[in-house]
Amino acid sequence: MAWQWFHRLGSPRWFYQKTSGWLPWLAAASVLLLLVGTVWGLGFAPQDAKQGNSYRIIYIHVPAAFLALAGYYIMAFSGAIGLIWKMKLSYAVMRAAAPIGAVLTFIALFTGSLWGKPTWGTYWVWDARITSMLILLFLYVGVIALSRAFAREQVADKACALLALVGTVNIPIIYKSVDWWFTLHQPATIKLTESSSIDPSMFYPLLVMIIGFYCFYAWTLLVHTRNLILQREWRTQWAQQVLRGEPLGDAG
Amino acid sequence: MASVDSIAVRDPAEPCHRAGPGFMALLRVELLLALRRRADIANPLLFFVTVLALLPLGVGPEPELLARMAPGMIWVMALLATLLSQESLFRSDFEDGSLEQLTLSPQPLYFAVLAKVTVHWLVTGLPLALLSPLLAMMLNLPAAGYPSLLLSLLLGTACLSLIGAVGAALTVSLRRAGLLLALIVMPLYVPVLIFGTGAVQAALDGYAYSVQLAVLAALLAAAAALAPLAAAGAIRISLDS
Repeated sequence: MAWQWFHRLGSPRWFYQKTSGWLPWLAAASVLLLLVGTVWGLGFAPQDAKQGNSYRIIYIHVPAAFLALAGYYIMAFSGAIGLIWKMKLSYAVMRAAAPIGAVLTFIALFTGSLWGKPTWGTYWVWDARITSMLILLFLYVGVIALSRAFAREQVADKACALLALVGTVNIPIIYKSVDWWFTLHQPATIKLTESSSIDPSMFYPLLVMIIGFYCFYAWTLLVHTRNLILQREWRTQWAQQVLRGEPLGDAG
Repeated sequence: MASVDSIAVRDPAEPCHRAGPGFMALLRVELLLALRRRADIANPLLFFVTVLALLPLGVGPEPELLARMAPGMIWVMALLATLLSQESLFRSDFEDGSLEQLTLSPQPLYFAVLAKVTVHWLVTGLPLALLSPLLAMMLNLPAAGYPSLLLSLLLGTACLSLIGAVGAALTVSLRRAGLLLALIVMPLYVPVLIFGTGAVQAALDGYAYSVQLAVLAALLAAAAALAPLAAAGAIRISLDS
């Protein structure tokens, strides 16, 4: 009995029906949290002693960077589930996670470079974290490019899952080696170490933003996955019913 | 194709499940095939030399500048030459159906991939590494960097061949895979590039470079264990299409 939900996940229809109820909650939670976090972070959190107001971009930058990396693991993990249990649903999640993760990585890089201009005086530095983030973006782009290259979706799913898994094995190695490379070449003029202790008055809005970003990620992932499922299952009776706007019976 | 015939030379009633003889037979056949296509061996090397000859034309002939860029440029060009030659790793076998035969053979596909990658390294990575001191000399690299460059390239190109094989296997069923292969494999090459150039830089600065070589050897060991597995899985996926 305990595993019944897991077997049910194999049915796209069951998933589609179950998750339709979650969408408004996730949407409300993410809009509310992001709104509160943004207003709190940009309007009410105190100024930074050294960076002034420019530090406020962390309220976008840090949550995006968190989810960029977590998103890769979510993508690879669902790809692995697809390869192991041959589950159609998890391939859809994997395919949906790739573009979202790539956009989040891009947002993290973009906000980071905007932040870099007032702080370090330049938009781009070959810093360890920035470089790793750039390589992560390339890994995402590779998966997306591979998924677009195949004519048959099933083959594309499996190929992308394998590539994402290979990337997962490599990410820790890449991050460590880029760290090592950076300590070797570290330019003396730029100091990137952030203050490790952040004042609670600045941290709480950040926490709200991080949770808000997670909700937003879950929401977009779900919407995107549901669309992909409909796209793939459009020939089936239940998908036709959904597309015509008719109510679905119980999937059981 | 010959590779299949030579594996099949055994009593059909008693299929050979041991990996060793199959691996050696495939290695011999692949090497023979590679040596008969001399132009295919020469192309990556010519690419390597030609692009590196363009470098002074681009940045100017100042010896100090060239010496500073030499380790990185030689490494990046070795990486590109390996990558470009890798597209054809499984291509002809895929097109004439012998790749499918290999997956049906009682030998694990792991060893078939390992044999093909080994041959690929023998005809690309090894000559590239052996050629590198000559180019290092032309780019004015101090002599202290030669042994580290040679050793790091020997270990590193083997890593690159193994990692690239996964990408080659994933894209073998696609008609125009060249740029896509580069796109998906390049990010995975990063650690090898960092430690390869790191070894040369350490040697130039007068430090021991055994650490970097040890890391490259560790990467090679991990890649030899895992990459053929992933490539074998990718071949099975590609054959599905």
